[in-house]
Amino acid sequence: MSYDLVLRVGTKLILPFILLFALYVQFHGDYGPGGGFQAGVIAASTVILLAITCGLDLAHRIAPQAVVQSMVPLGVLIYAGTGVAGLLLGKNYLDYSVLAHDPAHGHELGIFLVEAGVLITVAGTMTSLFYAFVERGR
Amino acid sequence: MNAVWPHLPILQVVVPLIGAVLAGFLRRAGPAFAVALAVSWLMPLIAGAMLWQVLASGPISYHIGSWPPPWGIEYRVDVLGGFMLLLVSTVGAVIMPFARRSVAFEVEDGQQAWFYCMYLLCLTGLLGIVTTGDAFNAFVFLEVSSLSTYVLVALGRDRRALLAAFQYLIMGTIGATFYIIGVGLLYLLTGSLNMADIAARLGPEWAGHSRAIVAALAFITVGVSLKLALFPLHAWLPNAYAYAPSWVTAFLSATATKVAIYLLVRFFFSIFGVAIDFRELPVTDIVIALSIAAMFVASVIAVFQTDLKRMLAYSSVAQIGYITLGIGLANQAGLTGGLVHIVNHALMKAALFLAAGAIFFRIGTVRLSDLAGIGRKMPLTMTAFTVACFGLVGTPGTSGFISKWFLVLGALDKGWWVPVFLIVGSSLIALVYVGRVLEVVWLREPSAAIANASDPPLSMLLPLVVLAAATIYFGLDTQWTAGIAGTAVKNLLGGLR
Repeated sequence: MSYDLVLRVGTKLILPFILLFALYVQFHGDYGPGGGFQAGVIAASTVILLAITCGLDLAHRIAPQAVVQSMVPLGVLIYAGTGVAGLLLGKNYLDYSVLAHDPAHGHELGIFLVEAGVLITVAGTMTSLFYAFVERGR
Repeated sequence: MNAVWPHLPILQVVVPLIGAVLAGFLRRAGPAFAVALAVSWLMPLIAGAMLWQVLASGPISYHIGSWPPPWGIEYRVDVLGGFMLLLVSTVGAVIMPFARRSVAFEVEDGQQAWFYCMYLLCLTGLLGIVTTGDAFNAFVFLEVSSLSTYVLVALGRDRRALLAAFQYLIMGTIGATFYIIGVGLLYLLTGSLNMADIAARLGPEWAGHSRAIVAALAFITVGVSLKLALFPLHAWLPNAYAYAPSWVTAFLSATATKVAIYLLVRFFFSIFGVAIDFRELPVTDIVIALSIAAMFVASVIAVFQTDLKRMLAYSSVAQIGYITLGIGLANQAGLTGGLVHIVNHALMKAALFLAAGAIFFRIGTVRLSDLAGIGRKMPLTMTAFTVACFGLVGTPGTSGFISKWFLVLGALDKGWWVPVFLIVGSSLIALVYVGRVLEVVWLREPSAAIANASDPPLSMLLPLVVLAAATIYFGLDTQWTAGIAGTAVKNLLGGLR
């Protein structure tokens, strides 16, 4: 099965920008609208777009199913692990202030890690859902 | 140990969460089961330590992220909370060994690791609802436990399990939505989501002049009643229980509805009871009327069931009626009876559903007509089953008698005679549906189809026997159930207007 040339080339041109925008939304979440949920969906949309325009096989090669399925628990583990790090350092669960020398930096780092966990889980979940639907007919 | 002590409330919730993640990572049934077993056995230790601490030195408060309440999320464990945590975690720990073979028999190979992942998530949610002192956080945990429950129900081999799970999903989502609307109204009134803070801010002066508070009460009561399957909002329960994998049914019947009942008690007596004079609103009367309807209607429906699990499911609806009757009576003896019946019914119903699971494991069906004479083939299983059945009826010497005794006392304290006769009357109907099964199981000749059946392996038999023994033990020694429940009720009723 051959895929439309214009769509294929266009997709490949636009993909890096979509990913970059996902990262922008992820890191700009500190200052404005955005964060892990939105960024995760945008990141997952790259795989979905690729699968639609260039075929599922290529998408599977770039984002293998095993990796995508591991991303779902991995993100939760990062989130929960950030909380447990606070416990291990002698403070309450999810107390970020002990993660760095300065409490403010600790909070920044803690939120960064938590949002990274959210990004990974959301991107993994969205892609898994897409794979689950498109593979039903195969 | 000293370093761990203050963090017990969060460990109670985070350990099963991390266990769920690990089970999801491992992807193989054996290791995932090992994780689930280790977590399940650790949970009662944490819950027991907290209950001991609460009984010795008052409620425990834990501030997530060190943010002080009411701004941050507070985890708060009082006597009632510790009591419920110990119940939920102990049931999980006792029945977990049963899961290995039962789940291997009933759930497809590739899905077993996800099964344990979902069970641990469900445990996280249930323990979280009880631990948290934040109304919105309770909603989040309610959804965590419910969503994982839908998956667990859908994992049943029977294709009707999918439909049952979908039905449960729709009803459960409506319930959760109603609950969150109620919490939203409370937030509107008080500007707070912390349960203790809401109660403090509502105060008596609100009572006369706010319809929003009555609306919040109505939404939360209906929403939570959907989750706990209060008659006539129980329609999802029989299908979900009948088609879910046997072990899931045992776990859910002993924990999920019970935790929803806890939430109702919490909102009635720790939040709304402080602000509204229940004597001016017919809330408790409605609860009592529905409870009595549940005790009779569901019991009568149970009599006519042809499937053992379905029959037990309808019996659950009826037994939940006894518990909510205790809540509706709202006095020392009545509410104690309700709380004691939470424990007693959890233990006996888990035993009954495990017995049904053991039968299914051996002969692949739980239709009553196929069970003729199974008692002679599986004597130990069916003896445990019979003991739990006597508990269900409320025979003296079993735990069911104790809870009904307290309920009768509660009704008499109010000077009501009618509920006393209704409690006894509905027990007689229970005797009919239980007797029907026992007649088939013990008195008929075994058919050729079950000639090869025998008691299940020890890992399945032991949880069953332990639960049946608990049914007798808590019928003789009430210090742990009625004693602690009585203390919890004293605290709850102390704050009422």
